[in-house]
Amino acid sequence: MADQATFEAQAMEFMPSLYTAALRMTRNPADAEDLVQETYLKAYRGFGGFEQGTNLKAWLYRILTNTFINSYRSKKRRPEESDIEDVEDLYLYRRLGGLEGARAGQSAEEQVLEHFTEGEIKDALDSLPEQFRIAVLLGDVEGFSYKEIAEILDIPIGTVMSRLHRGRRALQKRLYEFGRQRGLVAEPQA
Amino acid sequence: MAEDKGDCVEAVHLLYHYLDGELTMERRVLIRQHLDDCPPCGQAFDFEAELRVVIAQKCREQVPPELVERVRKALGQE
Repeated sequence: MADQATFEAQAMEFMPSLYTAALRMTRNPADAEDLVQETYLKAYRGFGGFEQGTNLKAWLYRILTNTFINSYRSKKRRPEESDIEDVEDLYLYRRLGGLEGARAGQSAEEQVLEHFTEGEIKDALDSLPEQFRIAVLLGDVEGFSYKEIAEILDIPIGTVMSRLHRGRRALQKRLYEFGRQRGLVAEPQA
Repeated sequence: MAEDKGDCVEAVHLLYHYLDGELTMERRVLIRQHLDDCPPCGQAFDFEAELRVVIAQKCREQVPPELVERVRKALGQE
Protein backbone atom coordinates (compact mmCIF):
# COMPACT_ATOMS: atom_id res chain seq x y z
CA MET A 1 0.00 0.00 0.00
CA ALA A 2 1.09 3.55 -0.63
CA ASP A 3 2.75 5.40 2.14
CA GLN A 4 0.18 7.46 4.06
CA ALA A 5 2.11 10.71 3.84
CA THR A 6 2.47 10.42 0.06
CA PHE A 7 -1.22 9.68 -0.37
CA GLU A 8 -2.28 12.52 1.91
CA ALA A 9 0.05 14.98 0.22
CA GLN A 10 -1.68 14.33 -3.08
CA ALA A 11 -5.25 13.56 -2.14
CA MET A 12 -6.21 15.66 0.88
CA GLU A 13 -6.42 18.92 -1.04
CA PHE A 14 -9.50 17.60 -2.86
CA MET A 15 -11.51 17.12 0.31
CA PRO A 16 -13.47 20.43 0.11
CA SER A 17 -14.51 19.56 -3.40
CA LEU A 18 -15.36 15.94 -2.54
CA TYR A 19 -17.28 17.00 0.55
CA THR A 20 -19.25 19.54 -1.47
CA ALA A 21 -20.19 16.81 -3.93
CA ALA A 22 -20.96 14.30 -1.18
CA LEU A 23 -23.31 16.72 0.50
CA ARG A 24 -25.19 17.43 -2.71
CA MET A 25 -25.39 13.69 -3.42
CA THR A 26 -26.56 12.54 0.01
CA ARG A 27 -28.30 15.80 1.03
CA ASN A 28 -27.33 14.95 4.59
CA PRO A 29 -24.16 16.11 6.45
CA ALA A 30 -23.66 12.91 8.46
CA ASP A 31 -23.94 10.70 5.37
CA ALA A 32 -21.72 13.10 3.43
CA GLU A 33 -18.96 12.78 6.04
CA ASP A 34 -19.21 8.99 6.02
CA LEU A 35 -19.15 8.97 2.23
CA VAL A 36 -16.02 11.13 2.10
CA GLN A 37 -14.26 8.96 4.66
CA GLU A 38 -15.15 5.79 2.80
CA THR A 39 -13.97 7.35 -0.44
CA TYR A 40 -10.57 8.19 1.06
CA LEU A 41 -10.18 4.71 2.54
CA LYS A 42 -10.98 3.06 -0.78
CA ALA A 43 -8.71 5.45 -2.63
CA TYR A 44 -5.87 4.77 -0.20
CA ARG A 45 -6.25 1.02 -0.59
CA GLY A 46 -6.38 1.30 -4.35
CA PHE A 47 -3.79 4.03 -4.75
CA GLY A 48 -1.31 1.57 -6.22
CA GLY A 49 -3.64 1.29 -9.21
CA PHE A 50 -3.75 5.03 -9.77
CA GLU A 51 -1.60 6.01 -12.70
CA GLN A 52 0.56 8.92 -11.55
CA GLY A 53 0.30 11.93 -13.83
CA THR A 54 -3.34 11.29 -14.72
CA ASN A 55 -6.24 13.18 -13.21
CA LEU A 56 -6.33 12.37 -9.49
CA LYS A 57 -9.39 14.52 -8.84
CA ALA A 58 -11.41 12.66 -11.48
CA TRP A 59 -10.15 9.33 -10.10
CA LEU A 60 -11.30 10.28 -6.60
CA TYR A 61 -14.65 11.44 -7.96
CA ARG A 62 -15.15 8.12 -9.65
CA ILE A 63 -14.65 6.34 -6.34
CA LEU A 64 -16.93 8.82 -4.58
CA THR A 65 -19.68 8.41 -7.16
CA ASN A 66 -19.47 4.61 -7.23
CA THR A 67 -19.51 4.44 -3.45
CA PHE A 68 -22.52 6.71 -3.34
CA ILE A 69 -24.40 4.71 -5.96
CA ASN A 70 -23.54 1.33 -4.44
CA SER A 71 -23.91 2.08 -0.75
CA TYR A 72 -25.77 5.24 0.02
CA ARG A 73 -28.37 5.28 -2.63
CA SER A 74 -29.52 1.77 -1.89
CA LYS A 75 -29.69 2.56 1.81
CA LYS A 76 -32.17 5.34 1.24
CA ARG A 77 -33.85 4.49 -1.98
CA ARG A 78 -35.99 7.23 -3.29
CA PRO A 79 -38.95 6.85 -5.59
CA GLU A 80 -38.01 6.46 -9.22
CA GLU A 81 -36.92 9.88 -10.32
CA SER A 82 -35.34 9.21 -13.65
CA ASP A 83 -37.11 11.88 -15.58
CA ILE A 84 -37.74 15.59 -15.33
CA GLU A 85 -39.90 18.02 -17.12
CA ASP A 86 -37.90 19.60 -19.90
CA VAL A 87 -38.08 23.35 -20.39
CA GLU A 88 -36.76 25.56 -23.13
CA ASP A 89 -33.28 27.05 -23.46
CA LEU A 90 -32.64 30.34 -21.64
CA TYR A 91 -35.61 29.64 -19.38
CA LEU A 92 -34.57 31.97 -16.58
CA TYR A 93 -33.07 34.68 -18.77
CA ARG A 94 -36.17 35.01 -20.91
CA ARG A 95 -38.32 35.40 -17.82
CA LEU A 96 -36.11 38.15 -16.50
CA GLY A 97 -36.24 39.89 -19.84
CA GLY A 98 -36.75 43.59 -19.94
CA LEU A 99 -35.57 44.35 -16.42
CA GLU A 100 -34.59 47.95 -15.99
CA GLY A 101 -31.81 49.47 -13.99
CA ALA A 102 -28.65 47.77 -15.13
CA ARG A 103 -25.44 48.97 -13.54
CA ALA A 104 -22.48 49.70 -15.71
CA GLY A 105 -20.95 46.52 -17.06
CA GLN A 106 -23.65 44.26 -15.70
CA SER A 107 -27.15 43.66 -16.92
CA ALA A 108 -30.17 43.85 -14.62
CA GLU A 109 -30.66 40.13 -15.22
CA GLU A 110 -27.17 39.38 -13.96
CA GLN A 111 -27.78 41.51 -10.87
CA VAL A 112 -30.77 39.34 -9.98
CA LEU A 113 -28.43 36.35 -9.80
CA GLU A 114 -26.46 37.96 -6.99
CA HIS A 115 -29.59 38.05 -4.85
CA PHE A 116 -30.04 34.32 -4.80
CA THR A 117 -28.77 33.00 -1.48
CA GLU A 118 -26.46 30.01 -1.10
CA GLY A 119 -29.40 28.17 0.44
CA GLU A 120 -31.58 28.80 -2.59
CA ILE A 121 -28.95 27.68 -5.08
CA LYS A 122 -28.28 24.52 -3.06
CA ASP A 123 -31.98 23.80 -2.62
CA ALA A 124 -32.54 24.23 -6.34
CA LEU A 125 -29.75 21.78 -7.09
CA ASP A 126 -30.95 19.36 -4.41
CA SER A 127 -34.42 19.38 -5.94
CA LEU A 128 -33.16 17.81 -9.18
CA PRO A 129 -33.52 14.06 -9.65
CA GLU A 130 -30.27 12.34 -8.76
CA GLN A 131 -28.84 11.62 -12.19
CA PHE A 132 -29.36 15.22 -13.30
CA ARG A 133 -28.14 16.60 -10.00
CA ILE A 134 -24.88 14.67 -10.22
CA ALA A 135 -24.31 15.69 -13.83
CA VAL A 136 -24.81 19.39 -13.05
CA LEU A 137 -22.64 19.10 -9.97
CA LEU A 138 -19.77 17.56 -11.94
CA GLY A 139 -20.12 19.96 -14.85
CA ASP A 140 -21.00 23.29 -13.31
CA VAL A 141 -19.71 23.12 -9.76
CA GLU A 142 -16.58 21.08 -10.43
CA GLY A 143 -15.94 22.02 -14.03
CA PHE A 144 -15.25 18.53 -15.35
CA SER A 145 -15.33 18.08 -19.13
CA TYR A 146 -17.95 15.92 -20.86
CA LYS A 147 -15.32 13.23 -21.34
CA GLU A 148 -14.30 13.29 -17.68
CA ILE A 149 -17.93 13.12 -16.53
CA ALA A 150 -18.51 10.20 -18.91
CA GLU A 151 -15.56 8.38 -17.32
CA ILE A 152 -16.55 9.22 -13.75
CA LEU A 153 -20.12 8.03 -14.24
CA ASP A 154 -19.28 5.33 -16.77
CA ILE A 155 -21.92 6.51 -19.23
CA PRO A 156 -21.66 7.59 -22.90
CA ILE A 157 -20.82 11.22 -23.68
CA GLY A 158 -24.22 11.70 -25.35
CA THR A 159 -25.90 10.76 -22.08
CA VAL A 160 -23.66 13.20 -20.21
CA MET A 161 -24.73 16.04 -22.50
CA SER A 162 -28.38 15.16 -22.25
CA ARG A 163 -28.38 14.94 -18.44
CA LEU A 164 -26.28 18.04 -18.05
CA HIS A 165 -28.29 20.22 -20.40
CA ARG A 166 -31.67 19.08 -19.14
CA GLY A 167 -30.53 19.34 -15.55
CA ARG A 168 -29.36 22.90 -16.10
CA ARG A 169 -32.66 23.95 -17.61
CA ALA A 170 -34.61 22.30 -14.79
CA LEU A 171 -32.37 24.11 -12.30
CA GLN A 172 -33.26 27.40 -13.96
CA LYS A 173 -36.91 26.63 -13.55
CA ARG A 174 -36.44 26.02 -9.82
CA LEU A 175 -34.47 29.24 -9.47
CA TYR A 176 -37.19 31.12 -11.26
CA GLU A 177 -39.74 29.71 -8.79
CA PHE A 178 -37.58 30.80 -5.84
CA GLY A 179 -37.18 34.20 -7.43
CA ARG A 180 -40.91 34.60 -7.77
CA GLN A 181 -41.54 33.52 -4.19
CA ARG A 182 -39.09 36.12 -2.97
CA GLY A 183 -40.27 38.83 -5.32
CA LEU A 184 -36.91 39.03 -7.09
CA VAL A 185 -38.58 38.50 -10.43
CA ALA A 186 -41.91 39.69 -11.67
CA GLU A 187 -44.98 37.50 -11.85
CA PRO A 188 -45.84 36.54 -15.40
CA GLN A 189 -48.15 38.99 -17.11
CA ALA A 190 -51.75 37.89 -16.79
CA MET B 1 -33.02 37.63 -29.45
CA ALA B 2 -34.16 37.30 -32.98
CA GLU B 3 -34.97 33.62 -32.82
CA ASP B 4 -36.38 33.68 -36.30
CA LYS B 5 -32.84 34.17 -37.54
CA GLY B 6 -31.03 30.94 -38.23
CA ASP B 7 -27.77 32.14 -36.69
CA CYS B 8 -29.48 32.92 -33.38
CA VAL B 9 -31.20 29.54 -33.28
CA GLU B 10 -27.89 27.86 -34.01
CA ALA B 11 -26.09 29.90 -31.34
CA VAL B 12 -28.64 29.16 -28.63
CA HIS B 13 -28.64 25.51 -29.61
CA LEU B 14 -24.88 25.38 -29.07
CA LEU B 15 -24.90 27.62 -26.00
CA TYR B 16 -23.91 24.96 -23.49
CA HIS B 17 -21.35 23.36 -25.78
CA TYR B 18 -19.80 26.78 -26.24
CA LEU B 19 -19.72 27.63 -22.53
CA ASP B 20 -18.41 24.17 -21.74
CA GLY B 21 -15.55 24.61 -24.20
CA GLU B 22 -16.72 21.55 -26.09
CA LEU B 23 -16.83 22.91 -29.64
CA THR B 24 -14.31 22.57 -32.41
CA MET B 25 -12.22 25.70 -32.86
CA GLU B 26 -13.92 26.39 -36.17
CA ARG B 27 -17.43 26.34 -34.70
CA ARG B 28 -16.29 28.26 -31.67
CA VAL B 29 -15.02 31.08 -33.86
CA LEU B 30 -18.31 31.19 -35.78
CA ILE B 31 -20.35 31.43 -32.59
CA ARG B 32 -18.01 34.06 -31.13
CA GLN B 33 -18.44 36.09 -34.28
CA HIS B 34 -22.20 35.84 -34.03
CA LEU B 35 -22.15 36.92 -30.38
CA ASP B 36 -20.11 39.97 -31.30
CA ASP B 37 -22.52 40.86 -34.10
CA CYS B 38 -25.74 40.13 -32.20
CA PRO B 39 -26.00 41.93 -28.83
CA PRO B 40 -29.17 40.06 -27.71
CA CYS B 41 -27.42 36.70 -28.11
CA GLY B 42 -24.26 38.13 -26.54
CA GLN B 43 -26.21 39.24 -23.46
CA ALA B 44 -27.97 35.91 -23.16
CA PHE B 45 -24.64 34.08 -23.28
CA ASP B 46 -23.17 36.44 -20.68
CA PHE B 47 -26.10 35.73 -18.42
CA GLU B 48 -25.68 31.98 -18.75
CA ALA B 49 -21.96 32.27 -18.06
CA GLU B 50 -22.63 34.39 -14.98
CA LEU B 51 -25.27 31.95 -13.74
CA ARG B 52 -22.70 29.18 -13.92
CA VAL B 53 -20.23 31.22 -11.84
CA VAL B 54 -22.92 31.97 -9.25
CA ILE B 55 -23.90 28.29 -8.99
CA ALA B 56 -20.29 27.17 -8.56
CA GLN B 57 -19.55 29.86 -5.96
CA LYS B 58 -22.69 29.40 -3.91
CA CYS B 59 -22.49 25.62 -3.73
CA ARG B 60 -19.10 25.50 -2.02
CA GLU B 61 -19.10 23.85 1.37
CA GLN B 62 -16.65 24.20 4.23
CA VAL B 63 -15.22 20.86 5.30
CA PRO B 64 -15.98 20.24 8.98
CA PRO B 65 -12.52 20.38 10.63
CA GLU B 66 -13.16 17.15 12.52
CA LEU B 67 -13.69 15.32 9.23
CA VAL B 68 -10.09 15.95 8.18
CA GLU B 69 -8.88 14.49 11.48
CA ARG B 70 -11.29 11.57 11.24
CA VAL B 71 -10.07 10.66 7.76
CA ARG B 72 -6.39 10.95 8.74
CA LYS B 73 -6.99 8.73 11.74
CA ALA B 74 -8.86 6.15 9.65
CA LEU B 75 -6.04 6.10 7.10
CA GLY B 76 -3.54 5.59 9.92
CA GLN B 77 -5.43 2.49 11.04
CA GLU B 78 -5.24 0.84 7.64
